[in-house]
Amino acid sequence: MSAAAKRVPLPAILLANDLLDGDVVFATADGAGALAWTRDPAAALVAADDAAAARLEGFAAAALAGNRVVDAYLVDVALESGRPVPRHFRERFKTLGPSNRPDLGKQAGDGIASAPKG
Amino acid sequence: MPLLDRNGNAADRWTRSEGAAIGNIPAALVRWEVLAEALDAQEPEQVIGVLIPNSVAFAELASFLPRLALVAIAFPAYADGRGFSLARQIRRAGFAGEIRASGPLVADQFAYALSCGFDTIELPEASAARQPVEQWLHARDAFSHTYQRGYRAAGRNILDRRRAARAAAPAAGR
Amino acid sequence: MYRYDEFDERFVRERVAQFTDQVARRLDGSLTEDEFKPLRLKNGVYLQLHAYMLRIAIPYGTLNSRQLRQLALIGEKYDRGYGHFTTRQNLQFNWPKLRDVPEILGLLADVEMHCIQTSGNCIRNVTADHFAGVARDEIEDPRPTAELIRQWSSAHPEFSYLPRKFKIAVTGAEADRAVIKAHDIGLRLRRHPDTHETCYEISVGGGLGRTPMIGKVVRDYLPKQDLLAYLEAIMRVYNLEGRRDNKYKARVKILVHEIGAEEFTRRVEAEFALLDGPSINADPEEVARIAAYFAPPRYDVLPAVSNTLEAAKASNPAFARWVEVNTTPHKIPGYTALTISLKPQGQAPGDATSEQMRAVADLAERYSFDELRVTHAQNLVLPHVRQRDLYVIWQQLGEAGLATANVGLVTDIISCPGLDYCALATARSIPIAQAIQSRFADEARQREIGPLGIKISGCINACGHHHVGHIGILGLEKRGIESYQITLGGDATENAAIGEILGPGLAAEEVPDAIERIVGVYLAARSEGESFIDNVRRIGLAPFKAAFQETARAAA
Repeated sequence: MSAAAKRVPLPAILLANDLLDGDVVFATADGAGALAWTRDPAAALVAADDAAAARLEGFAAAALAGNRVVDAYLVDVALESGRPVPRHFRERFKTLGPSNRPDLGKQAGDGIASAPKG
Repeated sequence: MPLLDRNGNAADRWTRSEGAAIGNIPAALVRWEVLAEALDAQEPEQVIGVLIPNSVAFAELASFLPRLALVAIAFPAYADGRGFSLARQIRRAGFAGEIRASGPLVADQFAYALSCGFDTIELPEASAARQPVEQWLHARDAFSHTYQRGYRAAGRNILDRRRAARAAAPAAGR
Repeated sequence: MYRYDEFDERFVRERVAQFTDQVARRLDGSLTEDEFKPLRLKNGVYLQLHAYMLRIAIPYGTLNSRQLRQLALIGEKYDRGYGHFTTRQNLQFNWPKLRDVPEILGLLADVEMHCIQTSGNCIRNVTADHFAGVARDEIEDPRPTAELIRQWSSAHPEFSYLPRKFKIAVTGAEADRAVIKAHDIGLRLRRHPDTHETCYEISVGGGLGRTPMIGKVVRDYLPKQDLLAYLEAIMRVYNLEGRRDNKYKARVKILVHEIGAEEFTRRVEAEFALLDGPSINADPEEVARIAAYFAPPRYDVLPAVSNTLEAAKASNPAFARWVEVNTTPHKIPGYTALTISLKPQGQAPGDATSEQMRAVADLAERYSFDELRVTHAQNLVLPHVRQRDLYVIWQQLGEAGLATANVGLVTDIISCPGLDYCALATARSIPIAQAIQSRFADEARQREIGPLGIKISGCINACGHHHVGHIGILGLEKRGIESYQITLGGDATENAAIGEILGPGLAAEEVPDAIERIVGVYLAARSEGESFIDNVRRIGLAPFKAAFQETARAAA
């Protein structure tokens, strides 16, 4: 991804699907400030400026090249009570799960008890 | 560019010619656009091959076949399967020369290509680097028998094998 | 039903090994994602919104209890305990992990099942009339044809990299219950007027999606023995000449439309004339070998009317209503074809839990010669039920939450999974279906309205077949919210028709009102015994459009 390409409006988070499991994952900062993947949308790192967004894009490129994730892209968010919430309804569904099954998906905590993965 | 035949890595005797000027290259591979010109310039000891886009209709190619020793069919993308039908048409017309698939095919297409009449696959360097020949040979043998009759899978067609089994044991119940 | 011989068995096992190897090559980087994606699609593995999705082939919708139990097991062990039956008679699991797919494929192979070519630009699952073998109007069982085509199309060396997906359906009756006119190739078994032998009428170029079209007949009477050669001719023309420049113009229907049906037919016939039939076609013995698997079961000799059934109906009105709505007359006296509705209120249309699958498997094994079907309407069928067993079956279905008496009625909605699951979707479809079901929950009212097919798609790809719904609903997006376009007058039968748009898109909460108004127009205008679709055809769209504008005004 090049910085010159039109990017989504900021602030934004980076999401993708884990290659082996298919789960939606989000780029987050681990304890040391390095980037890692988490299944918890509340923990998604919010990029507020171009430099931060570029850093996320670089992380995505490396993870794609390393066959860790597929379909990684930036999603513009609004901050609601400090949590990033995607602006578009389709991307919001990715952070929640099927609306007719509140017992399934991230809205039910699926996968979120796992520790963030590096 | 790396070349494969049904047994693995193959040496390429063909030389790509830049234009119609084939000089005295023994086996000259020319582009479709300059084929007629190249044929006019053909020397007695020379053989000529053509690289055709996969959008060329068989009807346009047919009259040239008797004078060609190689037809290389471009695969612009591996998902573009027109070349498989073209190869089939070329073989059906009785062409006995080499048919080559040229492009970023994946190993999983090897058996299909051979079945449709291709002899060789010419790969871009990057594709070949990621897919060592062992993968091609392994993928070639993925299916020991196939369902489609008439696709060069002598002895390995399921319907023919069933028929042979019926002939061998006609009194056997179902 | 068909049983694998050693060749079929070896083939699926080799396919499992091949896919396992493809996954390994993806993980080690030999294959890029762009290269792997078409390969995984050819094994039914999609990447959806929340997870991967695995689409399992159920050839022409026919299953036995052992297979259904295996699906139930896979759902529990590798998924979230439920599956979704689709409009192409397949089953989808919504939460498998790619790392588990090879094991799942092995379990499927154990029961003669697979995921081969349930997606990708290749020939897909061949579908057929879900009442095959039992319908009174049947000329010949379409399933032997479907099985022959299934084998012929599996890992086809020439036709596995087509411009786009390719769907084939077969029917063998007067009525078309397989939606053949909306398929890339639709085959209809019929009798030749002179020889009275069964032969095929072949249509090409049907399809829904962005540009819905009804298939055109290219051959009125194809002798059965020429089937594979003729299909080869069609596929070769399409493979060579189908558009590859634009994904939305790549189906064979576009080619037929652009060059005209006459020219398309001419090209197919020219190619067919070049083919050596005997070296391509299946020989009569092979055709007979396959057909033998579909011989009728050993039916009991029963009276046409079952006293047991009549007595049960007389003493239990709810049961009687269920029998009236969910059963279909059977060829054999004393038997019936029972449709099990997977459209109860509150469940996503077409979904079944593993427990429900087991309940149906038990019933199929015990009461239907161990056979069941999946319909394109996302319901299940027990095709060979003795009328006298209906009551006990109804009771057991009730315990499993599967006794809804709404087959063919307004709440028997066909709906794709939509944006709740699907990465291609533009809007949700399941909540719309559920809202309509809720609005029309009253069973007496449903029966009063009579047969009414609502079909909902969550995007232009039309997997919910909305174009051929009596009422079709298409979920789009307008200014950042979900917006629903209503169509009217579609028909999925032999009277195939594409629905017409009634007006601008509605918000989700406006849809049930719109349906009510449309139904209201029908109820006020219908003549004695006139069905919804017949009424629409008779009075035209104008009265419905007027009522629709009313809804828009009321909502504004």
